[in-house]
Amino acid sequence: MLELSTVVTTYGAVRAVDGVSLSAPAGALTAVLGANGAGKTSLLRTISGLVAPRSGSIRFDDTEIAGVAPDRVARMGLGHVPEHGGVITELTVRENLRLGALHRRDKADRAVALGEVLDLFPPLASRLSAQASTLSGGERQMLAIGRALMGRPRMLLLDEPSLGLAPMVTAQIMRVLRNLRADRGLTVLLVEQNARSALSVAEHAYVLALGRVVVDAPAHAITAEALHDVYLGAR
Amino acid sequence: MSLLVRHLLLALLALAAVVTLSLVVDPFTNVRIATVGYYLVAVAGLTLLTGTNGQISLGHGAFMFIGAYTVALLVIHVPGFPFWLDLLLAAFAAGLAGALTGAAAARLHGPYLAGATLALAVGLPALTQRFPDALGGSNGLAFTVHSLPAGLAVPQTRWQAWVVWTTALLVLVLLANVTRGRFGRILRAVRDDEVSAALAGIHIGRTKILAFLLSATCGGLAGGLQAFLLGTAAPGSFTLALSLSLLAAMVLGGVGSLWGAFWGALALVYVPVWANDLTHGLDLGTDVAQHLPLAVFGVVLVAVVLVFPRGIHGTVTRLVSAIRKKESHEKNP
Amino acid sequence: MNQFLTLTVGGIASGAVYAALGLSLVIIFRATRVVNFAQPALALLSTYLAFTVSQATGSYWLGFLVAIVGGAVLGAASDRLLIRPARAHGELGSVIVTLGFLLVAQAVSGMIWTSEPRSFGYAFDFRGLFSAANVFAVVAVLVTAGAVLLLFKATPLGLRMRAAAFAPEAASLVGVRVGLMVTVGAMLAAAVGALAGLLAVPPLLYPTVLDGIFVYALTAAVVGGLDNPIGTVVAGFTVGIGLSYVSGYLGPELVTLASLAVLVLVLSLRPNGLFGRGLARRV
Repeated sequence: MLELSTVVTTYGAVRAVDGVSLSAPAGALTAVLGANGAGKTSLLRTISGLVAPRSGSIRFDDTEIAGVAPDRVARMGLGHVPEHGGVITELTVRENLRLGALHRRDKADRAVALGEVLDLFPPLASRLSAQASTLSGGERQMLAIGRALMGRPRMLLLDEPSLGLAPMVTAQIMRVLRNLRADRGLTVLLVEQNARSALSVAEHAYVLALGRVVVDAPAHAITAEALHDVYLGAR
Repeated sequence: MSLLVRHLLLALLALAAVVTLSLVVDPFTNVRIATVGYYLVAVAGLTLLTGTNGQISLGHGAFMFIGAYTVALLVIHVPGFPFWLDLLLAAFAAGLAGALTGAAAARLHGPYLAGATLALAVGLPALTQRFPDALGGSNGLAFTVHSLPAGLAVPQTRWQAWVVWTTALLVLVLLANVTRGRFGRILRAVRDDEVSAALAGIHIGRTKILAFLLSATCGGLAGGLQAFLLGTAAPGSFTLALSLSLLAAMVLGGVGSLWGAFWGALALVYVPVWANDLTHGLDLGTDVAQHLPLAVFGVVLVAVVLVFPRGIHGTVTRLVSAIRKKESHEKNP
Repeated sequence: MNQFLTLTVGGIASGAVYAALGLSLVIIFRATRVVNFAQPALALLSTYLAFTVSQATGSYWLGFLVAIVGGAVLGAASDRLLIRPARAHGELGSVIVTLGFLLVAQAVSGMIWTSEPRSFGYAFDFRGLFSAANVFAVVAVLVTAGAVLLLFKATPLGLRMRAAAFAPEAASLVGVRVGLMVTVGAMLAAAVGALAGLLAVPPLLYPTVLDGIFVYALTAAVVGGLDNPIGTVVAGFTVGIGLSYVSGYLGPELVTLASLAVLVLVLSLRPNGLFGRGLARRV
């Protein structure tokens, strides 16, 4: 569903993404791992259009989306849950969720989608009128994912959903992702520092270091040693 | 050679140039030369406050207003005072107002400060309507200044140009010394990063007030010189448009630069002249002629921000250093 | 007592104008995070537009309509051509660009329509304490404020506009056309500003007529909080009444200085306005 081919993204003189090629097949959960500063966030921001790549091609369902504006990419069915969630703290929970569905034409489906999201994340149901700033870290992440799901995306990009969260909440979120894939065939590209939890739900994984892909393998084949090397710098 | 001596020598040279110029041009141009002189003082003061210290002020016209009216009132009510004393008191009065404004505005920044100073610019001249007997209402005050020393047979306009430019150059020397030295660094530190400056031991509030005081003193001096030149002080000269035009002049010349203040002052005098010639040449009528200079200044404000952020002085400096680099490359391949 | 009543009622009517212009400042501030000194310029040009149309057609209301619509168009144009490019040059740059626009608008008005004060009529009969004109002004502003609030709180468009203003990146990731929302905000702000101009100007229209009113509207917006529409509207009426008393008991020439005093006092105690939430966005 998503094909990247030698994508390069630069911030001034820094090559944050240095010729990355990867493929995230439809219906699968693909993980992108790496230490801090490896370029994972830059990669997602390039895919969703917040940053334009210097070169390379990004194909979403056979449509070229490199350099396309983020709101258009979102309307094409590619949802991006950014680092820390991107929840709009001045709006209420309900308003955040509604916002996620506004770009879809099917108004009747909005209520259905809301029901589904609240089933997925029961804690949100009791906080609908609360301002998003009052939510805990875990609740915010649920809200962020829920908001993205309101748009009924065909693919979801997630940037470190476990960041700053307690292990139990992280496990809960990973479970939700796995179920979404199983029940709805949702394609997911999951960026994570927390390798273990990501690998437990992914089919395939890429490991980034200094903007390049250094490991490209099925999730079960990635050993602790390989990760150790990448994260702590042997490679 | 110390900085002060160097500045004084430069000023003396400039004064010699002005005097020579004033001997050869007609009286009308001498008035224009004098006008450039007092605008130079005003814009230099503004550039210190906004450029070097980062406090955006839309109220500079108000300080000119204070200076002009102080001179007018002193000449009318205390004719015994020598003229240089009137000017000094005008500068002092404006400086005091500046210190008060600075104190009131010390906690304001950016658009809030702009808004407050805008209110000052719009509101202060209205005092002339409140006290029409003392301040002359809409018509303002008219007076004659006898400043020519007995025995000096110089035409009025030439003498005025000398007085204005001597004052202006003295002010410039002072400002140049202040901005190059320690106080200048403190001003810039406060502009660039208040928190760091405070951590370094700089008293933010005092610095800001002092900047306002200096800036307003220049404004008052400029206003006083204008009154000296015109023989009148009227509220119609001190509109919001004046304050905005001073801002445009500062920005056009180059924010934070004393040379820029000179270019800006030149523009303030000659843009209306050129606009006038243009409208007469194209036969566009008095309405256009009257308002074209303001339109030009407005466009200047927009254009300088969007296209030439460094103003005339900045662009010139850049060109010069680019040429110098090229020359040194050619000499040392 | 009679004077007190007259001043109060007059103050409420003036306050309506300050509330409207203040509201326009708040709308554009929310959308662009810039204090737009060009709002009075847009209001002035819209009012001159109304003047021309009314003179040509003889109909006040046609001029009124053209002013609102024309104002919106001018607002969109100024946002795209001036404000947006200026944003890259920082806060000072944005303020200076809008000031430049103010100068140009005043000058162009003088060129086209001369500095001579022109007679500009009231919407309705302006005689009497509770005149139709005063009532219209207050009602129009309250209805407009209510409509704007409703738009923001209860409509999808309003939600998109708020999202675009609070968190442009996050909003774009859920399909909101942030640029378009900002332009819509600019159009709305200019339309409200045009209304303020139409109510403020009678009986005489000239290029500097809105200078003082802008100061009072800015005071209202600052006191109420630059990102707080309700606060600004309330502050507008309060400032109107307060300044009316100053005018009546201390002299009309002192009104602007009184407004300045209020502005400075409020900002010294609360640098973000009485009810504002600050110029820097909370993360």
